[in-house]
Amino acid sequence: MQSFFIIAILVLGFLITFQIAKASEYVAILRGEEKARKQTNKINGFMLLVFLIVGLIGVYYCNEMLRGKILGTPASDHGVLIDRLIYITLAITFVVFLLTQIALFWFCYKYQESDNRQAYYYPHNNKLEVIWTVIPAITLSILVGFGIFYWFKITGAPPKGATIVEITGSQFKWEFRYAGKDKVLGKKYYKNIDGAANNPLGQLWDDPYNKDDVYSTGEPLRLVVNKPVELVINAKDVIHNVGLPHFRLKMDAVPGTPTTLWFTPKYTTKEMKEKTGNPNFVYEIACDQMCGKGHTGMRGEIEVITQSEYDMWMLSRKSQYLVANPDKDPAAPKPATDSLKIAAATTQPK
Amino acid sequence: MHLHPEVASHDVYEEEHHGHHKETFISKYVFSMDHKTISKQFLITGIFWAIIGGFFSVLFRLQLGFPDQSFPFLETLFGHWAQGGKISPEFYYALITMHGTILVFFVLTAGLSGTYANLLIPLQIGARDMASPFLNMLSYWFFFMAGCVMLASLFITTGPAAGGWTIYPPLSALGEASIGSKLGMDLWLVSMALFIISSLLGGLNYISTILNMRTKGMSMTRMPLTIWALLFTAILGVLSFPVLLSGAILLLFDRNLGTSFFLSDIYIAGQALPNEGGSAILFQHLFWFLGHPEVYIIILPAMGIVSEILAISSRKPIFGYTAMVGSLFAITILAFLVWAHHMFVTGLNPFLGSVFTLLTLLIAVPSSIKVFNWLTTLWRGNIKFSPASLFSIGFVSMFISGGLTGIFLGNSAIDIHLHDTMFNIAHFHLVMGVAAFFAMFAGIYHWFPVMFGRYMNNTLGYIHFWITMIGAYLIFWPMHYQGFAGMPRRYLDKSSWASFSQFHELDKMITVVTIIVFAVQLMFVFNFFYSIYKGRKVTKQNPWGATTLEWTTPIRPGHGNWEGEIPEVHRWPYDFGKDGREFIPQTEPIGENESKH
Repeated sequence: MQSFFIIAILVLGFLITFQIAKASEYVAILRGEEKARKQTNKINGFMLLVFLIVGLIGVYYCNEMLRGKILGTPASDHGVLIDRLIYITLAITFVVFLLTQIALFWFCYKYQESDNRQAYYYPHNNKLEVIWTVIPAITLSILVGFGIFYWFKITGAPPKGATIVEITGSQFKWEFRYAGKDKVLGKKYYKNIDGAANNPLGQLWDDPYNKDDVYSTGEPLRLVVNKPVELVINAKDVIHNVGLPHFRLKMDAVPGTPTTLWFTPKYTTKEMKEKTGNPNFVYEIACDQMCGKGHTGMRGEIEVITQSEYDMWMLSRKSQYLVANPDKDPAAPKPATDSLKIAAATTQPK
Repeated sequence: MHLHPEVASHDVYEEEHHGHHKETFISKYVFSMDHKTISKQFLITGIFWAIIGGFFSVLFRLQLGFPDQSFPFLETLFGHWAQGGKISPEFYYALITMHGTILVFFVLTAGLSGTYANLLIPLQIGARDMASPFLNMLSYWFFFMAGCVMLASLFITTGPAAGGWTIYPPLSALGEASIGSKLGMDLWLVSMALFIISSLLGGLNYISTILNMRTKGMSMTRMPLTIWALLFTAILGVLSFPVLLSGAILLLFDRNLGTSFFLSDIYIAGQALPNEGGSAILFQHLFWFLGHPEVYIIILPAMGIVSEILAISSRKPIFGYTAMVGSLFAITILAFLVWAHHMFVTGLNPFLGSVFTLLTLLIAVPSSIKVFNWLTTLWRGNIKFSPASLFSIGFVSMFISGGLTGIFLGNSAIDIHLHDTMFNIAHFHLVMGVAAFFAMFAGIYHWFPVMFGRYMNNTLGYIHFWITMIGAYLIFWPMHYQGFAGMPRRYLDKSSWASFSQFHELDKMITVVTIIVFAVQLMFVFNFFYSIYKGRKVTKQNPWGATTLEWTTPIRPGHGNWEGEIPEVHRWPYDFGKDGREFIPQTEPIGENESKH
């Protein structure tokens, strides 16, 4: 019923507009077409000026309304650089935007058709052309300079000692693998992937680097504050993208072609909660590359914690090697009688 | 400039045969070889697709603005794709994919270039028809077939392609990955292959016509900017579309013949696929090697149309003709050297990223030359605001706004944050979507008298302009803010995200405005078809006081365009307000005492 009304109103409005438009043609003929045209011309010239003024007010208003909802504090070192470059670009483009839009609409208003004026025959002026080739070229070289300088900082090699974490996307979830004590991720092969055998990433168990790699999914990716981290990014099925809006970074996850991305988180989740005044603050991982019907729900979380919290948490984790091969686990209950003792030993804090 | 012998012989040929052969309904309106009829066929087919593509955007905006609400009429229309009146995710992705494909290829490539190249090239350079009218007819009918295949894909059980208009594999290669990657994707690829053939046949024809069939006195430097723009557009298309064709064929192989061009190391639906050694990124290179020139294929004709109309309506010559041609040329060259800026975050070598940043931002130089020249054209003019000139002014405004945001995205260090967010959506919709549409509208209002011998209703034209102009900014301006917040594109419901759910009210507003703007476009379509039959008749040969040759034909020109001889050209096309005269047609010889420009 509601949609019927909406359609009825639309059709009615449409008919009325059409009748007015048709009538205006007859009126124009009655009043003299040239005269009617000149009057319409004045109205449109004035409207263009109004559009400029209302538009600029609108831009200001929109900015005031939405400012608080965008870029919070960048949560990584790279994010600081990127935000700075955004603000530099914003400053330059906004000035150009203002000048050109004002010129456009002002000229339209000022030089609208008038019987007292003749258009000025002005076909070219090479000096002007040179000026507005050179000025944009200089401005852009500044932006390119900053851009490339920051780009190499962001995409350059990570500092030595960076934590290495692997993140793997698949329809529609994220899986993480921490490199463990040896700081090297063990080899894997996609044909070894076998969920039933506790090998969701296809790790090769005879690679010694795999012995201490810790697997985790369905819980936040845990990173250490102020410690560089290198993400090794993978995908199992289609292209995904690790989007980190708070850190201002993203990188595609491509099946068959691992990519990397490194950054240093600046604030723990707890600090961000205080900074933003939002007790529910979380760092989110958003899939930014369309990956199928569940794309919208491909959400992950990152929890940035301190080194000691991280160490404590790591202690509680078993490497995937031991999960998949429980018979190799020295802590596994071999003789039934010892099980109580061992259980007690593993839960004891260090 | 002397007349090329082939042109002369062609001329005689036409003269002899024109008027002798009888035209049936089929040969006049269906399988016509008259460039003017083919132009109308392209335009009307383009309008048909624009309505479908636009309607799809209204549907997915409903989902974005009101994700919790159910709309029973959707279930009535689409059955299980919108169970309970809510758009299913598969349907949502099919809608956005088709919206992009239809508007980019069928409307803004075929509908824009096809219409204006066919209409204007022979008329403005003084030719009786295209170099090969037969290829020209084939070009339309290949486009028509491409449309049929795409239309058919909307009605199959598994639905049309749903991997985004960029159809990145592996998503588009594997039926297991998405329901839209089943039969719908094959149809998409076949349709695109047909479309590319159409575009190549058209493009080759446009180039050879412009180079060989100019009338006496029409040297290259006397061509209107529309023709220059259409020439560069055709060159871009001819050089870049075949690359997409190869990508599409390789993807068809991967899908159906078990090859591994784009597939490697894939574990999907509980199974490891045998494909190894392919590269998913390779496809993106092939795609964007067309995909980026494609946006210039869309915007160059728009620039040409706007340059022409702005000069005519401000009664002044276009400022800096040489610089305008030069910047079109520079854009054409650079168009081939920037494709990887769509791939900054694919793991591309960072050094390459920096090269592409430099080349991408270079494009801002010719673009700003064009903007400043348009502004100077308006400066000290005597501007008449017809709907055509308003849309051209709107084009410049949109092009500035959308062009400036390109400086953010073209810079790799910013793109790493803004890539694939709503900022991107806002950018390209303003700069090539809305702007190109504005030029298309401007062209329709302006050349309607040439096409149909009647005028469109002006009042409806003004309403159309103002609501569209205001609406376009209301829709796309706020999206920049969503992008700054990192909100990804192609999400159908943000409510479960802590970082993006703050824009709910904004999305509602955008949806409402979208519906209004779409309704106004329907009004334009009505105005268009109504005016073909009932519009005011054109009584003056040259109603806008233009200088170019299309206004020297009879009011309803037959096949062959000019009765008697083809006009001879003596001057450039922008002698407005020279020596105190309002305008001097190109056909008028240079006077003895005339000043030089």
